[in-house]
Amino acid sequence: MTNGVTVETCRVQRNFGRNVVLRQLDFSILSGEFVAVVGRSGCGKSTLLRLLAGLDLPDSGDVLIQGEALTGICPWARIMFQDGRLLPWKRVGENVGLGLPNADRGRITDLLNSVGLAHRIDDWPGVLSGGQKQRVALARALAAQPRLLLLDEPLGSLDALTRVDMQNLIESLWRRSGATAVLITHDVEEAVALADRVVLLADGQVAKEWLIDLPRPRRRTNPVFTKLVQRIDRSVRGLDERAANHEFSSSIVVRETLRVD
Amino acid sequence: MQKRKLTRTLIPWLPPIALLVVWQISGDLGWYPQRILPTPVSVLKAGYTLLTSGELARHLAISFQRALLGFLIGGVLGLTLGVWTGASRIAESLIDSTIQMLRTIPHLALIPLVILWFGVGETAKVFLVALGVLFPVYLNTHYGIRSVDPGLIEMGKVYGLGRWQLFRQILLPGAMPAILDGVRFALGVMWQTLIIAETIAATSGIGYLAMNAREFLRTDIVILSIVLYALLGKGADSTARLLEKRFLQWHHAYASAPPVALPGETS
Repeated sequence: MTNGVTVETCRVQRNFGRNVVLRQLDFSILSGEFVAVVGRSGCGKSTLLRLLAGLDLPDSGDVLIQGEALTGICPWARIMFQDGRLLPWKRVGENVGLGLPNADRGRITDLLNSVGLAHRIDDWPGVLSGGQKQRVALARALAAQPRLLLLDEPLGSLDALTRVDMQNLIESLWRRSGATAVLITHDVEEAVALADRVVLLADGQVAKEWLIDLPRPRRRTNPVFTKLVQRIDRSVRGLDERAANHEFSSSIVVRETLRVD
Repeated sequence: MQKRKLTRTLIPWLPPIALLVVWQISGDLGWYPQRILPTPVSVLKAGYTLLTSGELARHLAISFQRALLGFLIGGVLGLTLGVWTGASRIAESLIDSTIQMLRTIPHLALIPLVILWFGVGETAKVFLVALGVLFPVYLNTHYGIRSVDPGLIEMGKVYGLGRWQLFRQILLPGAMPAILDGVRFALGVMWQTLIIAETIAATSGIGYLAMNAREFLRTDIVILSIVLYALLGKGADSTARLLEKRFLQWHHAYASAPPVALPGETS
């Protein structure tokens, strides 16, 4: 049933001037897997996402999608951006149909229906609320049935209640699509709620990762859930402190697995 | 509510109407000689005579034709160059500084040269109008394309848009508010240029009508020409606003807000 693609980075290095953002990064994602990437600002999360989309190319190493090295924009990938990036001069329906050459109104209505906004099809994006804009952006991201869904802090600017609603929506639509998904987030709880695996990026490398083996949809009140959130949160913060003290050695990769029986 | 709206639409008309009434009455009372300032009614009469003789229509048509042709040539050139330098760094470094340099020359300073080149024929007037229109359209288009949110362009690339689609769906509509500002400003330049060109070197058109009337001391016709220019200018401005309404529906700032101050200098 999986419609996803495998993603692999092979010794990917990306520098900006003398600043090394990704350092010989080796990392792989299974087809149909949902991976959340967390880490402090400037750890290279966004750079990684841009490389996976083909918006940026590594200085050395390869990004392999379905085993093939990317040399430009990845045709299977769609990004959902933090700031939505709807075109203000196109109505909601036209925004969703962007990049769908032969989209008819029925198909677009279906897509908008899946995010509960079919009745706003002829509105300008400017009159929508922040949460509604992101729902349109989600419908647009899924319109072309991407095999790789890249979520770049898509809920970062939403209030807490809207966020949880959106997380549930993203989860159900992702499960239906079968795509491989990569979520960049600052919110550890969001990462644990959505991902099969949470990856902590620090100093341009994978510092730690956790498999989240909780049944879906996940209940945030579940004690294992809260314990995981606390543990990952501590790691993110701990790295923060150590990085600030220049004591952190990036060569250690720890793999932790937490299972519920 | 209705009544208040009506009052608000009528109020701006009060000062000009009052002015006309005072002008007419004081003229009728003989407070100033008619030769210096004819009354509104005699200006209207002169207009009616010219209208019935067909002379007015002929001059208007020729002025319109020059304005439109010059505007089209200058506008299309400015738009093309602006899009080119806005979208390509190489094009920008190649021609932008040259255009910026030429822009600082007041285009009306070229009148003697233009007369030497083209005589007093149609080409001279069209050339001057085109030149005057070119720069504001170029500058605003260039700036408009440059100011399109790079995030949207990036989004377009990820969403599979090719070069042409990126231009048509993202760059051009994103630059449209600035381009229309430029068009509006250029429409003003267009009339100004035409008036001056027709006043100095022409054998037809409104500017010629005014200059010719001066020789025969027909102050009424001179004033009529000035009023016509005011009306034409207003018409051009309304056209620009209509374009804004049509193309910028999405831009809620343009739905009801007062016109935005125009950038650039007056020539």
